[in-house]
Amino acid sequence: MTELIANNIKVDAGSATLVRDASLSLKPGELVAILGPNGAGKTSLLRALLGLVAPASGTAQLDGEDSASMPAARRARLVSYLPQRRPLAWPNKVRDIVALGRFAHGAALGRLSPQDAAAVATAIAACDLAALAERNADTLSGGEIARVHFARALAACAPLLIADEPTAALDPLHQLGIAQLLRDFVADGGGALVVLHDVSLAARFADRLLWMRDGQIIAAGSPAETLSRELIGDIYGVQAHVAKDAHGFDIRIVAQQ
Amino acid sequence: MTPRLLIVLLIVASVIAILAACFLGSTPMSGQRVITALLGQGSAGDIVVLWEIRLPRALTAFVVGAALGTSGAALQGLLRNPLADPGVLGVTATSSLTATFALYYGFAATSAFLLPIYAIGGALAATALLAAAAIRIRSVVTLILLGVGLSSFSAAAMSLLLNLAPNPFTLSDMMNWLLGSVANRSFADLQFALPFMLAGLAILFASRRGLSALTLGEEAASGIGLNLRRQRIAVVLGAGLATGASVALAGAIGFVGIVAPHIVRPVFDHDPARSLLPSALLAGLILVVADIGVRLMPTTSELKLGVVAALIGAPAFIWIAVRRRVTYD
Repeated sequence: MTELIANNIKVDAGSATLVRDASLSLKPGELVAILGPNGAGKTSLLRALLGLVAPASGTAQLDGEDSASMPAARRARLVSYLPQRRPLAWPNKVRDIVALGRFAHGAALGRLSPQDAAAVATAIAACDLAALAERNADTLSGGEIARVHFARALAACAPLLIADEPTAALDPLHQLGIAQLLRDFVADGGGALVVLHDVSLAARFADRLLWMRDGQIIAAGSPAETLSRELIGDIYGVQAHVAKDAHGFDIRIVAQQ
Repeated sequence: MTPRLLIVLLIVASVIAILAACFLGSTPMSGQRVITALLGQGSAGDIVVLWEIRLPRALTAFVVGAALGTSGAALQGLLRNPLADPGVLGVTATSSLTATFALYYGFAATSAFLLPIYAIGGALAATALLAAAAIRIRSVVTLILLGVGLSSFSAAAMSLLLNLAPNPFTLSDMMNWLLGSVANRSFADLQFALPFMLAGLAILFASRRGLSALTLGEEAASGIGLNLRRQRIAVVLGAGLATGASVALAGAIGFVGIVAPHIVRPVFDHDPARSLLPSALLAGLILVVADIGVRLMPTTSELKLGVVAALIGAPAFIWIAVRRRVTYD
């Protein structure tokens, strides 16, 4: 069972400290959401967990091995990553973009092995992209593109998934669609760590919430344990109304603090 | 058109073009004379014309095109921009400058290997500078402008060398690098430049899968398991060697590295990895055909291949730049 364990991660950029004392774990079968304002260090934390930046101190380990010293392809087979910025350089076919998820398995576009082709087909079906598979990416809408990137991450068949704002710039329906895909991934035994900006969405779909501010994780636990108007005020600097109803949490941002 | 068919067509067309280059010329030769000369028989004059003039010239045009086409396609994949090319980015200009430098000081006369080494050194320095800048500069436009600056600087330094040329012979030697030509190339010239060129092409082809990964942007490419650092070094080294060797052979020939990949890319679903081979073949074919044109054109003094390539290529460059699709970058 692949597990991601981070202890006391500190990330520096020049003289600034972006993340300090961040400890967390991610196991298969759980969906963990990171919440926090812009500039809280969420993305830097994700990059350090993946080993894309070396932490100034602390460790991030996948299966007991430092992610930063692991060969890129092996790390990619353990954890797939959906970054925040997802520029596409060329108007590729949807199927090819999804197939790039198989890169760490040695796949080359245009001649996929049967296993690679099967994983791509499964990911395309899971994200409901079959009708778009032969379309060029520059003909798709924002919601469709988000699903294509998600399918690319799924195609890697990695036990863990780290996604940075996968629902950014999506309408409510598409946000729910992506959240449901994350839930399905977890139900199939995956472990997902996701940065979200929508507190309600996170509270509804995540098993655990990590609350970040000023580079630190200041609260962690289930939505029921951590979600309060005090914490939201502390994290985002806004007054919020928090209540629980039959559908989950009802969260409204009322005013600036 | 299917990808496989296009590659077969390009190979066939390239072979036909190289053969045609053997038949055509100021004194056209019949098929029979060409074939007997190719086999090493027939009149001594025919053998000299074929083996020492026409065949090496056509082959030089082809390999120079192939090297520039592959380098262009690989740089476009690395920088994720259809306008990247050794010419536009100033790699050929820097390489010609260092080659001119070798000629100016007469180093080139001391060993046949020195000219390719100087040309390759300049090309590697330019590609390394661009790759280092590309890490910091996110904007592709800025990067192209950097290439334009590099190109202008090399051109200025070249003008200085021309200005200071000690005698007309050096001047005319140096003008050849400036204009770009495959006239009077021998198998010996090919022999000195080819090892470097093949090494560069081998590196580019071996690392081509990473270019597909870069389609997703650098962050996601590392996410799916690409070693970014190694990929950058491979493309810089490969494109530097191949471009430098091509400059050592033919001087500065621009734009073919943009035009060829641009034409083949849609057939290969815009995948930079699969576009390498057809870009090489098409760019080689374009230069062989252009060089035949140069030889057949009834001008008093023969046109330089680099001039013709730029006359055709520059408008194509503008056309591609204007029609470029807006990316998400």
